[in-house]
Amino acid sequence: MQSALSLSFSQTSLPLANRPLCSSNAAPSTTPRNLRFCGLRREAFGFSPSKQLTSCRFQIQSRRIEVSAAASSSAGNGAPSKSFDYDLIIIGAGVGGHGAALHAIEKGLKTAIIEGDVVGGTCVNRGCVPSKALLAVSGRMRELQNEHHMKAFGLQVSAAGYDRQGVADHASNLATKIRNNLTNSMKALGVDILTGFGAVLGPQKVKYGDNIITGKDIIIATGSVPFVPKGIEVDGKTVITSDHALKLESVPDWIAIVGSGYIGLEFSDVYTALGSEVTFIEALDQLMPGFDPEISKLAQRVLINPRKIDYHTGVFASKITPAKDGKPVMIELIDAKTKEPKDTLEVDAALIATGRAPFTNGLGLENINVVTQRGFIPVDERMRVIDGNGKLVPHLYCIGDANGKMMLAHAASAQGISVVEQVTGSDHVLNHLSIPAACFTHPEISMVGLTEPQAREKAEKEGFKVSIAKTSFKANTKALAENEGEGLAKMIYRPDNGEILGVHIFGLHAADLIHEASNAIALGTRIQDIKLAVHAHPTLSEVVDELFKAAKVDSPASVTAQSVKVAV
Amino acid sequence: MSRLLQTPFLPSVTLPTKTRSSVTGFRVKPRIIPIQAKIREIFMPALSSTMTEGKIVSWVKSEGDKLNKGESVVVVESDKADMDVETFYDGYLAAIMVEEGGVAPVGSAIALLAETEDEIADAKAKASGGGGDSQAPTSSPPTAAIEAPVSVEKKIAAPPVSVKAVAASAVHPASEGGKRIVASPYAKKLAKELKVELAGLVGSGPMGRIVAKDVEAVAAGGGVQAAVAVKEVVAAPGVELGSVVPFTTMQGAVSRNMVESLTVPTFRVGYTITTDALDALYKKIKSKGVTMTALLAKATALALAKHPVVNSSCRDGNSFVYNSSINVAVAVAIDGGLITPVLQNADKVDIYSLSRKWKELVDKARAKQLQPQEYNTGTFTLSNLGMFGVDRFDAILPPGTGAIMAVGASQPSVVATKDGRIGMKNQMQVNVTADHRVIYGSDLAQFLQTLASIIEDPKDLTF
Repeated sequence: MQSALSLSFSQTSLPLANRPLCSSNAAPSTTPRNLRFCGLRREAFGFSPSKQLTSCRFQIQSRRIEVSAAASSSAGNGAPSKSFDYDLIIIGAGVGGHGAALHAIEKGLKTAIIEGDVVGGTCVNRGCVPSKALLAVSGRMRELQNEHHMKAFGLQVSAAGYDRQGVADHASNLATKIRNNLTNSMKALGVDILTGFGAVLGPQKVKYGDNIITGKDIIIATGSVPFVPKGIEVDGKTVITSDHALKLESVPDWIAIVGSGYIGLEFSDVYTALGSEVTFIEALDQLMPGFDPEISKLAQRVLINPRKIDYHTGVFASKITPAKDGKPVMIELIDAKTKEPKDTLEVDAALIATGRAPFTNGLGLENINVVTQRGFIPVDERMRVIDGNGKLVPHLYCIGDANGKMMLAHAASAQGISVVEQVTGSDHVLNHLSIPAACFTHPEISMVGLTEPQAREKAEKEGFKVSIAKTSFKANTKALAENEGEGLAKMIYRPDNGEILGVHIFGLHAADLIHEASNAIALGTRIQDIKLAVHAHPTLSEVVDELFKAAKVDSPASVTAQSVKVAV
Repeated sequence: MSRLLQTPFLPSVTLPTKTRSSVTGFRVKPRIIPIQAKIREIFMPALSSTMTEGKIVSWVKSEGDKLNKGESVVVVESDKADMDVETFYDGYLAAIMVEEGGVAPVGSAIALLAETEDEIADAKAKASGGGGDSQAPTSSPPTAAIEAPVSVEKKIAAPPVSVKAVAASAVHPASEGGKRIVASPYAKKLAKELKVELAGLVGSGPMGRIVAKDVEAVAAGGGVQAAVAVKEVVAAPGVELGSVVPFTTMQGAVSRNMVESLTVPTFRVGYTITTDALDALYKKIKSKGVTMTALLAKATALALAKHPVVNSSCRDGNSFVYNSSINVAVAVAIDGGLITPVLQNADKVDIYSLSRKWKELVDKARAKQLQPQEYNTGTFTLSNLGMFGVDRFDAILPPGTGAIMAVGASQPSVVATKDGRIGMKNQMQVNVTADHRVIYGSDLAQFLQTLASIIEDPKDLTF
């Protein structure tokens, strides 16, 4: 406890630092065309809500201290201002809503959060969290099954096996634990958790169940649900979405995965490790369309080709019928362009991982004249909701998957914090280009900022030069010690001023390695400065260090960095 | 850095070691050396100081593609990283000499670049002619591929695929009467790797789907029905790569014999034999325990009886012996080596006894209980790889005998008949290697003609 307390202090001073630990696992992939990663457009990715176990615990501690010290006058949950029931009402207790609620309390706002389902939302209950549990299992299975790998270590392991129910329990236990942590963290701080389906009645007025409350500001954070294209019949047994797959009720011999984005890739990792064979169905001409092309090429060579996976690209699954009457799951494929029938697949199961659709029906948006776009609630860069006439709706914000800016749990949380900053008087615009994303395959894929094609397009428009630096995990001592030399890190940057435009990593623990780059982008740190920073040897972080050092920047290191050096 | 990398043979290229070996020059130009007027070789570049060989990850371009200077042609995996290799010259990618997944030493040619489209053909010829120093089959003297082992139970026929396909698909409920092939992803992958045709396979998976083990069975057994042979090949024990393994006694013996064979001047004569009649006969008497091996041995023995010179042997180089009996040795792969049990007096023993004798020999061979006279008294040797789908090959003459016959698979072939029609016949290719000191071309030619007539009209085999 003591140590937890001391840690928590440092945490309070950096309110942002520990937040988005949970990144989406799940993101759409393929609903063709416009679902590409890198949220800037309305492109989906990811789940919503969550929080990671340890961070939650620390936060509970930290918030308590914060509250008692700074806000003792306001009796926990700030006093309602003027004639409103609450300062802030959040509809949806996923990771986005949770992040906003905690920050609101810290800022002394009286806060309510409305949840119509379970606290934690998609991420905690049906997304990133349980999927990480399954992926932890698949990672170990892979290692144990890889005799060659084990032998290279001098280890001898007899045949690895698994108990499906045991694996499934691990996932559901983890979700329960994280959900409780999340709930407790809000209760402990005094957030009012209201149960019922929330809807907007009018300006600053919200209904949940039969109750009506008023709030000075309202945040919509209702998240998303799996998107199921037309023609596909989901029965929850043989034709499933990620919601069902995470329960791992069966491990089919052969499963077709519709969509090769984050969700599809992660599940292919899980299923192949547990013995299934996988067929990908991808509408675009290439697998893993959201990733930097070079990364997806390499990833395909490592994650797809050597595994028991085949694929059909450039096709839509126009019709999928669940298995019944002794017949297998039937999938009809049509050409994505010509719409002509191409093939029929007969498989044991099909997982629909075509992305996620915003969950915004029944929110009462018509009461305030807001028109959704393909279900997404239109917002400006400050998450302020835009109505049908293109005007801002006062005091109404929308964060997370529901606005579709960047469908990632930690993005939702960051957006929520940004909104709270604004309503408490400090203007704040979130830089979405600094938000990292990760796909937790084995090995992992992570990225932040622009892909190479995006960067080149931007460079052409704005007239600057783009350079690329790359390093390989094969040259990293720690990776080689782990016998995991497969991997690549790539940085896209401006050689004239040293600005980092994007970083993409494929390799061991890539998801953990990306933060050095995302923090640099968020803080505007230039390569010429960060390349002077020291990394422990031997660590995987040296892969990123190499990346910075490999860059050729024309500008000299800034004065600050040098003076710091002198001071030391 | 990248300039250094362009000179692949400089061992002194210094990369900062420790972990800091920053691999900058990702785009590395290949060394391209003109070897002929306008056909250039693309070499495996040295992408790092420690690189000795590189693996072709993928060819960005395919044969016949036009290349512009500076374009990526191939992705090479070195000991450190994967790199795109660009071309220095405009031209056409004429021939790929090392396929994707292949490994080539640094500095060896991996492809040919032709300057104009017309030269593509030349370059191709060059590539297949094996001018390259690295790979490409050497067309040196009749070194001959080492004679491959032959396994026991045999069909002449590798699975007559097209025929079976019809039968198989009829029982395949998952494929709409055989219009489509339903195979699991891994099965497809394996089939591609092992070069197994999925179209005629009966699947054993759910709803008749073809699964990995079906493909493995075929690859190992040369056909669903040749299940007996499967065991031996599949059971190949785990091999520890990179280890040095001393010869077993048997391997030592094989090695000595093979080297000794180089002192004998050999030559080869091939023949294509139609097997429809033999296949029909085999079908008829299979139930009586007759094996294809026995039938072939019998047919060979009958032919040898008419051409005693082919059954002779020359030991000292000064004289030769017309062997008094016709003892047909048949090469058999057994665990850890190769042995040639002998069917003695194969021309005199009836086909049923011969088949029984063969079975007995094979059992003994497997149990390693063959007596010397049961494996070293052969006067003529048969080697059959047909069950693996091999359509023709070349055997090495065992010392002390006059000739050996390599038997390929019998396959349905389209043939033009004398009356100007086109028909389908099962044909197999045989190839006899003989000691030219005593056996001449015309001897072999006549022997093969006789053999063909016996096999094409096999009624004498069952007398």
